[in-house]
Amino acid sequence: MGLKGEAAIVGIAELPARRAKSTPPAFTLDQYARLAALVTADAGLDPRAVTGLITHGVRESAMFAPATLAEYLGLPLDFGERVDLGGATSAGMVWRAAAAIELGICDAVLAVVPGSSVLPVPEHAPARTPGWYGASSGEFGSPQAEFEIPYGNVGQNAPYAQIANRYAAEFGYDPLATAKIAVDQRTNAQAHPGAIFHDTPLTVEDVLASPVIADPIRKLDIVMPVQGGAAVLVAGKRLAAKARHRPVWITGFGEHIAFKTPTYAEDLVRTPIARAAGTAFGMAGVSREDVDVASIYDCYTITVLMSLEDAGFCPKGTGMNWVREHDLTFRGDFPLNTAGGQLSFGQAGMAGGMHHVADGARQVMGRAGQAQVADCDTAFVTGNGGIMSEQVALLLQGG
Amino acid sequence: MGEMGAAAGSTVSKPLPEPTPVSRPFWDGLSEHRILVQYSPSLGRYVFYPRTLAPGTLADDLEWREISGRGRLYTYTVAERPTAPPWADAVPQFPAVVEWDEGPRVSTELVDVPSSGITVGMRVVPVFDTDEASGITLLRYRPEQAR
Repeated sequence: MGLKGEAAIVGIAELPARRAKSTPPAFTLDQYARLAALVTADAGLDPRAVTGLITHGVRESAMFAPATLAEYLGLPLDFGERVDLGGATSAGMVWRAAAAIELGICDAVLAVVPGSSVLPVPEHAPARTPGWYGASSGEFGSPQAEFEIPYGNVGQNAPYAQIANRYAAEFGYDPLATAKIAVDQRTNAQAHPGAIFHDTPLTVEDVLASPVIADPIRKLDIVMPVQGGAAVLVAGKRLAAKARHRPVWITGFGEHIAFKTPTYAEDLVRTPIARAAGTAFGMAGVSREDVDVASIYDCYTITVLMSLEDAGFCPKGTGMNWVREHDLTFRGDFPLNTAGGQLSFGQAGMAGGMHHVADGARQVMGRAGQAQVADCDTAFVTGNGGIMSEQVALLLQGG
Repeated sequence: MGEMGAAAGSTVSKPLPEPTPVSRPFWDGLSEHRILVQYSPSLGRYVFYPRTLAPGTLADDLEWREISGRGRLYTYTVAERPTAPPWADAVPQFPAVVEWDEGPRVSTELVDVPSSGITVGMRVVPVFDTDEASGITLLRYRPEQAR
């Protein structure tokens, strides 16, 4: 069962993180075009080699996203796919691209995720639905509209705080450990020029002094929203041999979708990444000790901590100690989120998930610059959607 | 004595739930201060939220039964910043998950609690909170032990 490891990431594009006020407006269609151009150029391949495209959606067109993009980009497709897994979308795109290539459907697949919400506005803007529902749906008949939102259980901060408090009740909670995750990632961001906090040092004291948003989560335990965008190009052996960079073979994946709202999780502190990571490691035939760099979805520090446990890097319930005993910087014994993660690079909307794919692939390609981990051959990447409700694990390996 | 949360007030925050053809018995029950939840005999357990078929088995045998609604606090948070604009003047909020003695978990909001006196696992009891204008009754919770 699974991938043979015959498809590789051959190009990476990740726009530098920017603040909204310094971001020129662009439709998502145009963001798709620019990212597609960047990522094919990065690979050194002609865009016309692309016959597959995976999208999360097009802001300007609610339906027919692959066809809309095929037409706009002028790239006819033999494989058009839409992935709807929140923060796990990008990792989910990568294995779907690899599967399409291994099936022989196409030679090269674009996985592009625009990440700027600064869009041109028409002179007569129609009324928009309120933006505060976040991942919840306020539509009539939606379980969230009926059973969650009326109690103020909406957005991400409160439900992640509920997860953290349940974890605390079962295993204890060490704010120094969660703060250290943010601080080590900030050290990495200072070695990665595109990061929003590249020039801003951070200490554990700073994290602990930041305001409580939803107990026990503080402001600096939470991602920084930015504008950006990211893409990868996935290709088969023939094109990978012609590409400019070391191919990053997709050798294992796992995906698990367990629920939508944490209230209904079978066990809130044992997350879907456990099953997804087990599948991925088994498929790739590598062990946790083989991992040279990990890029773990980090919408909150508690997400990283629980993912490290559930993916099997340390026993369940020991993560707080484990984090304090390991150096998570690019120089350390467990390099984690070496481009800063979303906590310190910034979360460019849906492209935040692709940040981790790009981070892992960049390291295996040997292109991480000052943050490069020596002899990096194996990267473990996760995506996390919803409220730790749907997760994807990837193993990316050099040849 | 701890600070009492603004969410402890009796006014029901908007937006309110809109009962559906599937969920109507649950909301009608709450308006009578009764908690009606679906039960699947073939599954042998209660089901929440309301559905047309039983989750997992897709059995067509869901029936409404009354439960006590008592349970334990599975988890919670104290939100110091509003979770969304309608709650801008209602912080701190206490969004919580209660595990009913009968099994399922339900999303709710704690009332009549000081923000420092909440513990995961504590016994909680229902508070039926009716919005006079709409007639909708929300199911909130408070600690079982009177302080």
